[in-house]
Amino acid sequence: MTRIPEFHAAKWNEPVVMEMGRPGARGQLFPAPEDEVTQAVGSDLIPGAMARKDRAALPEITEFEAQRHYLHLSQMTLGMMGISLFGTCTMKYNSKTAEYATLRPELAAVHPYQHPDTLQGVLEIIHEFDRILCSLSGMDQFIFQAGGGADAAYTMAAVARAYWDDRGLLDQRTEMVTSVQAHPCNPATAAAAGFKVVNLPLEENGYPSLEALKAAVSDRTALIMINNPDDMGIYNPEIKEWVRVAKEAGALCFYDHANFNGVMGKLSARELGFDACMFMLHKTFGAPKAGGGPAVGAYGCSDELAPYLPCPVVVKEGDRYRLDEDRPKSAGKVREYWGNVPQVVKAYAWARAMGAEGIQLASDISVVANNYMDRKLAEIPGLEISNPGIDAYRMEMTRWSLGPLTEETGVTTVDFANRMADYGIDPYWMSHEPWIVAEPFTPEAGELWSKEDIDTWIGVIAQIAEEARSDPEMVKTAPHNQAIAQVKGDAFEDPGKWAMTWRAYQRKILGDESARGVA
Amino acid sequence: MRIGLVVNPFAGMGGAVGLKGTDGPDTVAEARRRGAVAKAGPRAHQALARLAGRVPGARLILPEGPLGADWAGGLDLTLETVASGAATGTARDTKDAVRAMMPLDLLVFAGGDGTARDVASVAEGTALLGIPCGVKMHSGVFAVTPQSAGSMIASLLEDPDRVRWIDDAEIMDIDEAALRRGLLAPRLYGHARIPVSRNLMQAAKGGPRLDAAQSLSSAAAEVVAGMEPETIYIIGPGTSAASVVRALGQQATPLGVDAVIDRKLVARDCDAATLDALSEDRRVALVLGVTGQQGFLLGRGNQQIGAGLIRKAGKDGLIILATEDKLTALAKPHLLVDSGDPDLDRALEGFVRVSTGANRQMLMRIASC
Repeated sequence: MTRIPEFHAAKWNEPVVMEMGRPGARGQLFPAPEDEVTQAVGSDLIPGAMARKDRAALPEITEFEAQRHYLHLSQMTLGMMGISLFGTCTMKYNSKTAEYATLRPELAAVHPYQHPDTLQGVLEIIHEFDRILCSLSGMDQFIFQAGGGADAAYTMAAVARAYWDDRGLLDQRTEMVTSVQAHPCNPATAAAAGFKVVNLPLEENGYPSLEALKAAVSDRTALIMINNPDDMGIYNPEIKEWVRVAKEAGALCFYDHANFNGVMGKLSARELGFDACMFMLHKTFGAPKAGGGPAVGAYGCSDELAPYLPCPVVVKEGDRYRLDEDRPKSAGKVREYWGNVPQVVKAYAWARAMGAEGIQLASDISVVANNYMDRKLAEIPGLEISNPGIDAYRMEMTRWSLGPLTEETGVTTVDFANRMADYGIDPYWMSHEPWIVAEPFTPEAGELWSKEDIDTWIGVIAQIAEEARSDPEMVKTAPHNQAIAQVKGDAFEDPGKWAMTWRAYQRKILGDESARGVA
Repeated sequence: MRIGLVVNPFAGMGGAVGLKGTDGPDTVAEARRRGAVAKAGPRAHQALARLAGRVPGARLILPEGPLGADWAGGLDLTLETVASGAATGTARDTKDAVRAMMPLDLLVFAGGDGTARDVASVAEGTALLGIPCGVKMHSGVFAVTPQSAGSMIASLLEDPDRVRWIDDAEIMDIDEAALRRGLLAPRLYGHARIPVSRNLMQAAKGGPRLDAAQSLSSAAAEVVAGMEPETIYIIGPGTSAASVVRALGQQATPLGVDAVIDRKLVARDCDAATLDALSEDRRVALVLGVTGQQGFLLGRGNQQIGAGLIRKAGKDGLIILATEDKLTALAKPHLLVDSGDPDLDRALEGFVRVSTGANRQMLMRIASC
């Protein structure tokens, strides 16, 4: 018997932190510097042009009050520790051990402009992790400059542009071929880099046909960018032939490993013929994501493309490591410095803790868990799997549709997601392409969640499907057990209402016109 | 929201008894003689049952009798009826009933292409939603099933913000008499605004999408930029293809075919003979749109463009514009051609590029039907 959680979120009527506290309250009291220190460094350590004219407008609050406030906020937002089968994001546990490693002064207290001789430990980790990713992909060199998956896809587009420019063919090789179901950053970044985007439609098998690819590629094709499996969870078994066809037309081939979890250690992008690939360390490799911290798109390529990589590249010479900035064919930087290095360290810690066998086992578990979940979801009336007629196993996630239930009851996938929060379950991911499958949702069971967790998640889905029939109005007006009621999404698309800073909040929400500045 | 419903009780009767449609009283009589049973009313009832289940007490305006209220019996709905007038058994009954219900925010009709034409002719500017009942349904205004039509009405009443509107759904009809002689001659009669149920709202990672008009106008600008001298560009009909004429700063013929040479509009609303004459000794490019839901490229609503012209243009001479939304919403992922020449249709099979926006194309498979 599946246990359906009974839940009610805490509700704290606290103001925002900027409105809390009292004059003079402090989180930390720093002693005045000793005379000897002042004499040694002088009193004008900070140049006048950089020194702040006014006092920083920080809340005056004690450390304890600040901690309590943020604890309350996490209680009102499900705390990012619930059951979250948030597809396409590959939710993983972000271990405290890895977090601790990044707090060590050898990492936390260094700066990328230090002399490399003083950064050997950090550079060694970057190099070692590069080797791990090369063994998982077959590529020859990885860099970690990109600040996320889309940034890594952009790196590919920039590298391809430099590659074709170097051969004098950039005016001819103007097209990038991808699929309508590919990671959306593929067409977006190729377009940003100046390529024309040629999209392939999904056909009867649930992925684009080889015939479509053959018709699309030509001597105008600069590169193809695809992920496999895509977000429907279906693996394209013709992928090797795809690469062969694209290569025959002279195109570069990029494997977007956004959905790597189901094939970790099972295939090698290079063995399949790809020239380059990318991994998202904040997904597959256990580093935190979204509100948890900055991201990393690890971009790897073959020796043939390596001269075009953004600088610097960490290289090992003998027992020493250095930053190679002297790469005349480089596509240029996609981001400052060498990337979000603490995330690289966390991903390295994850990979070392898992080991090669552990990574393969995690991949197996994620596929088994997903297919278990699919069988269970199929038993719930009103739910429909995407591409229902296809005789193929799904990999680590599956796109589902609430279309039949919505037609019957009027309860949409957005209503469903809102209602999930009433059970203390994080709302699911719907779809990057909500126009392809009606009323979509995309769960990803992953290797983290226990069978009991997955059963609970499915039990909540079944419960809400039942509620959609017995009391649709209640589901449509959810959430009811949360700190705040339903939020209309209109403001998300209205820059006049965005308030990412206190000043923007004062101006846009409180109507204080004197609060000008960066929004 | 004022929602009206009209039922063409004769719609669809011809199909099961081997007639190609039910246009006109003589055909209805023949269909009855062959044992046809009226099915539009029961299908309207199915749609209304879904609506009453979702929104008990929903308010509807409809004609008395078999054109409306007869099919709403026993359902928890609030009905406002209008007088039907004397039944003539012709399209006049439908039109009179619609006039009596106007003004409406949405007109739901149970019928086929002929009914769509009839109601659109007297409810211009009113949004339409078809409960599929006809023998011919080439128009893009029909729901997939009667139940989904009922769901759509319910969604509109429950939360109109969740419904998206498309302004240019095609209203097409085929000359039934010609069809019975084996000739398929569908014509484009106009466009109507329709509600679409698919949920396009996506919070968090998904941002707002480029709207259809922007996508088409940027695709059209690229087509114009790539126009070659001395080539005749035969454009239309339909709003997608017309965007190319607009990109030239000209007004397109909404339901007809225009011709452009050297970026100048040289003829409007052309018939087949005019197009043939203009195309003599020139290279031919066909600028085409795609019909909603069914995905027709040639042979539905653009019969002015004959097999000879298509052959002359060849597959490389096809310039196709459509939004990605329209292409991904097609019932099947391919474009259909029906030039009247099966050999030519087969020659056109395979993949073709469709311009979907600035620097953006989608590959689509052409199939003959």
